[in-house]
Amino acid sequence: MLLKRSPDLKYSDVTPRQVYLNRRKFLFGMGLTGGVALAGKNLANLLYPSVRAYASTKLEGVVKGPFSTDEKVTPEGLVTTYNNFYEFGTEKRDPSKNSGKFQTSPWSVSVEGEVNKPRKFTMDEILKLAPLEERIYRHRCVEAWSIVVPWIGFSFSVLANLVEPTPKAKYVAFESYFDPKQMPLWKYAGIQLPYVEGLRLDEAMHPLALLCVGMYGETLPNQDGAPVRMVLPWKYGFKSIKSLVKIKFVKNQPQTTWNITNAHEYGFYSNVNPKVDHPRWSQARERRLPGYFKNTPTLMFNGYADQVASLYNGMDLVKNY
Amino acid sequence: MNRILINKWTKTAVFMACLGPLGLLVWEAFNGGLGANPTEFIEHATGDWILRFLAITLAISPLRKILGLPQLIRYRRMFGLFAFFYGCLHFSTYLGLDQMLNLRDVWKDVMKRRYITVGFTGFVLMIPLAITSTAGWIRRLGGWRWQMLHRLIYLTAVAGVIHYYWQVKSDVHKPLEYAAIVAILLSWRLFLWLHGSHRRPLPGSVTRKEPTTAATD
Repeated sequence: MLLKRSPDLKYSDVTPRQVYLNRRKFLFGMGLTGGVALAGKNLANLLYPSVRAYASTKLEGVVKGPFSTDEKVTPEGLVTTYNNFYEFGTEKRDPSKNSGKFQTSPWSVSVEGEVNKPRKFTMDEILKLAPLEERIYRHRCVEAWSIVVPWIGFSFSVLANLVEPTPKAKYVAFESYFDPKQMPLWKYAGIQLPYVEGLRLDEAMHPLALLCVGMYGETLPNQDGAPVRMVLPWKYGFKSIKSLVKIKFVKNQPQTTWNITNAHEYGFYSNVNPKVDHPRWSQARERRLPGYFKNTPTLMFNGYADQVASLYNGMDLVKNY
Repeated sequence: MNRILINKWTKTAVFMACLGPLGLLVWEAFNGGLGANPTEFIEHATGDWILRFLAITLAISPLRKILGLPQLIRYRRMFGLFAFFYGCLHFSTYLGLDQMLNLRDVWKDVMKRRYITVGFTGFVLMIPLAITSTAGWIRRLGGWRWQMLHRLIYLTAVAGVIHYYWQVKSDVHKPLEYAAIVAILLSWRLFLWLHGSHRRPLPGSVTRKEPTTAATD
């Protein structure tokens, strides 16, 4: 497929977030205070709290992708201020407040393990692997809330096919970036870091599995897993690992962070399933944010059963929760 | 200081301040301040305030002694009732917005999920305390029995902390902070009890019908 994209702009050319933010804050402050720069900046900090200060870059040449739902998209401002990203704090508002300075450029993703062509992909390379598609997916958190998000990316299989997994590859292990210096609140996370996730190879190769580089028309905000993450809409949200740095094709089922933390509550598969309760709450219904009531029935595989149910034929989904 | 505590306007001001968290929630609800998941926000905010008011209530007796402010006793009932008040808000949020008044689901939750079981227990234990918080009930029960009954607040505080600890997914530092506060407040009582000082009530507090031996403050 052909698509137009501005050829000269590389990911690394993108204005660093802090510069961008400072520019905005500065202009904002100037306008309000008539040029008293210092006072202006302080005032701007007050009036323009960091919660709203994510500033992503527009992604060009995005085409409409498959599998999109026509449900109402959740407002962007809510999605970007309500995050589980424990490296930046465990309260939902923490990541939007604390990830502003997170350095996501330069960035590369190492792909290794049982593959014929292991290699490192820079962000520039990833963005050019395939046409960027917008896919509007339902996103169901294990905590029984859900949102609808227009993600941007392409099927993970595109990248996987480039490295040529060997017949020994049965699973894919994913790893998030972790830097205690940039993520001082990691101490409170209560989970082992770096965050790791995993999929069976056939799950990872399913076209629904999205290697995601953006949302709402722009690059990913830091709190939503910049610069590149997975999105697996038929699984609970925590399976969709953020800020990916390593992808390893492996023989055996890899360890996953929440399973290590509490195996009783979080299984390897973690497919959305209204019939299998979390030990501490029912999964039969969900709260479609920003609604008040938990009155949306949860669908098997989060409504993607037509696409993915066959991956689990003959499996006991109660045992393999 | 005791003079200020006796002033009825002080009491009014404290009462209004205790309504502050509710006022803030209402204000935020109308200004988009509750975020993407308003119900969760309300549940967490009211839950926090239950534990804070329980801790404040339990802190009254130690503070009276340590700070030499016996008149603080005038505020204890109010703080306790506010713990119950925020408990009612917390429970009705769960009942109405989470469970949509489906009592069968609620009962299943209470029986099946230990963090709900323990939280519900803590809430239910506050009900008799709220009912018998009036002067009439103190008279009817007699000071001694009334005081014994109102020691249920210790259980509520412990249940509240456990409820919170079991509710969080992995970050237990906030529940542990509350646990530490409640542990200190309860150990203080244990310490006094072991040293027999509990038999020397402070003036103004509910006493057994025995001559008091100490009347200094």
